[in-house]
Amino acid sequence: MRRKHLRSLGAIAVVAALTLSACGDDGGNGGGNGGGGATPEFNGAVGAVFNASDKTGGTLKMGKSGDWGDSVDPGDTYYGYSWNLLRGYGRALTMFKVAPGKESEELVGDLAEDLGTPSEGGKTWTYTLREGLVYEDGTAITSADVAYAVTRAFDREVFPNGPEYFNGYLDYPADYKGPYKTPEMDISSAIETPDERTIVFHLKAAYAGFDYFAMTPQTVPVPKDKDTGTKYKEHVISSGPYMWESWEAGKKYVLVRNPEWDPATDPNRNPLVDRIEIELNLNAEDVDNRILDGDLHVDVAGTGVQPATLPTVLNDEEIKAKADNPGSARTWYTSIIPTVKPLDNIDCRKAVMLAMDRSLYQAAYGGPLAGGDIATSMLPPTIPGHIDFDPYDSAAEGPDVEGAKAALADCGQPDGFDTNIAYRTERPKEQATAEGFQQALKAVGINLTLKPLAEGTYFSDTVGKPSYLVENNIGLATNGWSADWNDGFGFFSQIVDSRVIRPTGGSSNLSVRVPEIDALLDTAIGELDTATREGYWGEIDELVMAEAVVYPGIYSKALTLRGDGITNVFVNEAFGQYDYISMGVE
Amino acid sequence: MYAYIIRRLAWAVVLLFVISAVTFAIFFLIPRLLGSSAETLATRYVGRSATPETVAAVSEKLGFNDPLYVQYGTWVKGIFTGAEYDYGSGVERCPAPCLGYSFITRQPVLPDLLDRAPVTFSLAIGAAVLWLFFGVAIGVLSALRRGTFFDRAAMGLALAGVSLPIFWTGLMGLAFFSYKWDITAKGSAYTPLLENPVDWAYSLLLPWVTLAFLFSAQYARLTRAGMLETMNEDYIRTARAKGLPERTVVVKHGLRGALTPIVTIFGLDFGLLIGGAVLTESTFGLHGLGEYAVLAIRANDLPKILGVTILAALFVVIANLIVDLLYAVVDPRVRIK
Amino acid sequence: MTERVLVDGATPTSQPTHFLEVRDLRVHFPTDDGLVKSVDGLTFHLDRGQTLGIVGESGSGKSVTSLSIMGLHKRGVAKLTGEVWLDGQELIAADPEEVRDLRGKEMAMIFQDPLSAMHPYYTVGNQIIEAYRVHNDVSKAVAKKHAIDLLGRVGIPEPHRRVDSYPHEYSGGMRQRAMIAMALSCDPDLLIADEPTTALDVTVQAQILDLIRDLQRDFNAAVIIITHDLGVVAELADDILVMYGGRAAEYASAASIFNHPEHPYTWGLLGSMPRMDRARTDRLIPIKGTPPSLINLPLGCAFNPRCEYAGRTDGLATSERPELAENGAEAAHLVACHLPPDERRRIWSEEIQPKL
Repeated sequence: MRRKHLRSLGAIAVVAALTLSACGDDGGNGGGNGGGGATPEFNGAVGAVFNASDKTGGTLKMGKSGDWGDSVDPGDTYYGYSWNLLRGYGRALTMFKVAPGKESEELVGDLAEDLGTPSEGGKTWTYTLREGLVYEDGTAITSADVAYAVTRAFDREVFPNGPEYFNGYLDYPADYKGPYKTPEMDISSAIETPDERTIVFHLKAAYAGFDYFAMTPQTVPVPKDKDTGTKYKEHVISSGPYMWESWEAGKKYVLVRNPEWDPATDPNRNPLVDRIEIELNLNAEDVDNRILDGDLHVDVAGTGVQPATLPTVLNDEEIKAKADNPGSARTWYTSIIPTVKPLDNIDCRKAVMLAMDRSLYQAAYGGPLAGGDIATSMLPPTIPGHIDFDPYDSAAEGPDVEGAKAALADCGQPDGFDTNIAYRTERPKEQATAEGFQQALKAVGINLTLKPLAEGTYFSDTVGKPSYLVENNIGLATNGWSADWNDGFGFFSQIVDSRVIRPTGGSSNLSVRVPEIDALLDTAIGELDTATREGYWGEIDELVMAEAVVYPGIYSKALTLRGDGITNVFVNEAFGQYDYISMGVE
Repeated sequence: MYAYIIRRLAWAVVLLFVISAVTFAIFFLIPRLLGSSAETLATRYVGRSATPETVAAVSEKLGFNDPLYVQYGTWVKGIFTGAEYDYGSGVERCPAPCLGYSFITRQPVLPDLLDRAPVTFSLAIGAAVLWLFFGVAIGVLSALRRGTFFDRAAMGLALAGVSLPIFWTGLMGLAFFSYKWDITAKGSAYTPLLENPVDWAYSLLLPWVTLAFLFSAQYARLTRAGMLETMNEDYIRTARAKGLPERTVVVKHGLRGALTPIVTIFGLDFGLLIGGAVLTESTFGLHGLGEYAVLAIRANDLPKILGVTILAALFVVIANLIVDLLYAVVDPRVRIK
Repeated sequence: MTERVLVDGATPTSQPTHFLEVRDLRVHFPTDDGLVKSVDGLTFHLDRGQTLGIVGESGSGKSVTSLSIMGLHKRGVAKLTGEVWLDGQELIAADPEEVRDLRGKEMAMIFQDPLSAMHPYYTVGNQIIEAYRVHNDVSKAVAKKHAIDLLGRVGIPEPHRRVDSYPHEYSGGMRQRAMIAMALSCDPDLLIADEPTTALDVTVQAQILDLIRDLQRDFNAAVIIITHDLGVVAELADDILVMYGGRAAEYASAASIFNHPEHPYTWGLLGSMPRMDRARTDRLIPIKGTPPSLINLPLGCAFNPRCEYAGRTDGLATSERPELAENGAEAAHLVACHLPPDERRRIWSEEIQPKL
């Protein structure tokens, strides 16, 4: 039965080029598909499919240093790699196109036949499920299951890790506490399922990008009678091509093919391997070594090789040919705190902007390949709406010392001033960044004292708390943000909206308190026209830079390794990582 | 003798409570003193984008609003009666003895610890056998050939062994023995003993050797110093005067005399090690107690930190007790009253 | 009284006529400070059933002598020359393994401090058993029975029980008895007791000496008792060898030494010897000065810096080393002194004896 499905896949191949090159390979090798068709090439999997193949079977071996960041429960996960993998065992309403290059920016229907249909100017969104959808146990997937999955994620006590988008936008009754605590409550004001294949979402306010929400794993259906709350992660019921064989906390995850998955209902996926094994809590350097040794295929975290491995990769052409250098929707930056004197004066902030040496920032993150490109603004280029502009002449060689001195004079601090720079102790790159600031700013008389703080409580207890910043005179704090998806809203909403700053702490926005930006965000959110909406993101980016409250460091890139013997490898730019559900093995 | 053991065990229990109270204070009281509120403690358990209401609710649910001694009391009570946590999706049980319940992974700590203890124990026992054998043997030979090339070379190597960090020797070992020459198992290759003893030994060989290298060095130095001392004792002359072969003199009389401090230190080292060989486990990706502690600290998972600390403390306390009892066996002059 | 003959160093290979013959024994230790001549040309002999007392201050070379006979000197460090003949076998040039085999079996030793000389971690019984079994191929049970017998013989009460005790559970005297039992376990022909009573109470000392005498009679062994205290060997020894600075100062029968000693150093030793028949105050006359350095011995007679009579030798005492020689009056009484024999005897009878 599986064979038949796979053969029928030829007609609905994910990427035409992929299939074509795969056919070509087969012809060339005369059926011998063990040797692998492609010559390794640096960046071979960026923007194109490397070693395309449609050979099925085999085991994909992935490894990760440290534990799984949060959970494999679709209602309780926020990490990119987790979402990337989750598409293997869970189908959301929509998904990014499974393809290399810019194509992956496009949303398509997954469980739903197509994208959502907005009404009431974007306040109501309706999706229709495909026919013939079933779980791994053969029971039918209904729109009620999707509704249930969305509502269960409402309960933050049970599922603390996932995104809050639905909770914030759906028009739930005021005293709604989720299906566990208020099971009988009528939530038709928020979600309706008029029939088994239709689901309707009602929003509090119009939101044009709702299809992005529908892409999050929180819409992956959960059968209510199989839901075990916090224990559901131990066996998530699959709706995708793979299902869980075993889940060992902190040790190993194993996924195998889901025999009930019907490719006829799924035009987006072309799963090749029969089995996916993920080893957890490996030594970070050992992950790299094992990939180079051919013992592992992919580092599932997708954040790039360790600093110790970097020279090996860069100095050996043969190894470098096995590496890729994808960018991601992440910017490393440093918040300049306008509530800390004398940085309340914009000229003092501008002095910081001009005096810092960009190359030091890039060097702190490992250079252009391992770290990324020098950033000239907050919004990374992978996000639609990004515009190239450089208000502080970042591209120039070296810092603008004269300009900085002039700005200091304007600020009334011609001899400079003293302040602190905070960073996360556990992150050597941030430490190097802080030291870079210290070194560069000294040239204009700004003396920085390094302030290492614990990573675990960085946002909750220290720099995330506005009063802490003022009391401890922390003028600068290293920071970084990665968009939940390649969209300006996902990138900006948590880091430039002044309304997310709370006196009790916990906010990632440390320095942007501009009412104009808040208003612009609200406008963008309601704009149904994509091009207009994307225009707003660039505008917001310009406003942040004009305020000089964020020093952009680098647009993050990662140097990742393709293991030996894997086929059909490409970077899915939606995640900035290899596409985990498309890879095969030779 | 039995009264002594019972008294020591009672002390051990008291000590464990003190350790637990201190650990509890370090992780729960000090943040408070430094200005964290119940809510900021709770923010660690609510994900990246929680609303203040959620934070407040979680803070209440996890008992962060209670006075600290009540929280400690709740924790202690859990050890005897077990504990229950209700997040709303069904009651989560942490059966007695509940050594804590992780609010992050939503699991009782004890089963995790029991699951991981065999790994650490396997690591420790194999390494201990190696380092005792090699450390003592090298120490004895060095002492007997004091000042010779062998002695200098062995002590030089010992100095290296003591000084080189295990994550360095471990990674070097992996790079050469596992990846370059393919002699030993690659990282994270643990197989339980009961599953396949040969694979078990193979998978742990490199970690054993790495760990044993560090400890052998220390024990070689210790043994050498002890042997140099005992070989000058009068009773060694007596043993020779009896006409005993030199080997008997060295091993039965000399080494036996030098063994007491080695046994003491070994007991403590072993006790500490089975509480978690942090660096070795992290380096080789072994899922033992040490790695657990590192992960717990990294994730700021206080109940886990507390649980693994208590378990490690328990091992050290037990090791201490065994050392004291062993002392009487090793040295008949020590009589336990 | 046995005949005392000086063996000429020029004919070292002549066959021994005594059970133990030590000929021109030299034990030299090279050190960073210079050559330490612990023993420098020592010659003596001993027969079965006889007891030799070697007397001298610490550092006189008496313990080194005994260790050299046993082959227990620091091998590799000490340079040994001369000959030691035991029962017709030469030991200095012999294979160390052969000497080891003789140790404990043919020759045994009792040490000064029985607490430190016994291994603290093994029972007394085990240590005796070990000593027995290394030379006798018997089972542990047999060896243990033998050990119990021996312990009984050396006067340990309840040997059945005490055999399983540890050395620290014994009293000092008991421990020394146990040491003796251990030394006697293989019925040795030569027993060397190095300061066997020094660490013991006075009352116990007498008991131990009695024990050694009794056992010697039973075992018919040759015994060497090494001591700094002439009193210890007064009743026990047949012959006495007085050592000073690694050499023999006087060598004669015990009766001869006690009745008419001729070396000023021996006089000193006698003067500092406690005696039961005198009041304490006027009894002890210590020898002035300190024992000489074994690296730089005084020129001439090694004793000259401490000798009151050095001036009566026409300067010989500070220029020429006196050889051990017949005293001229009595056979087998050897003295190494420049004083004329008549003068020595006169000083003894007129100046020294009355004061003792």
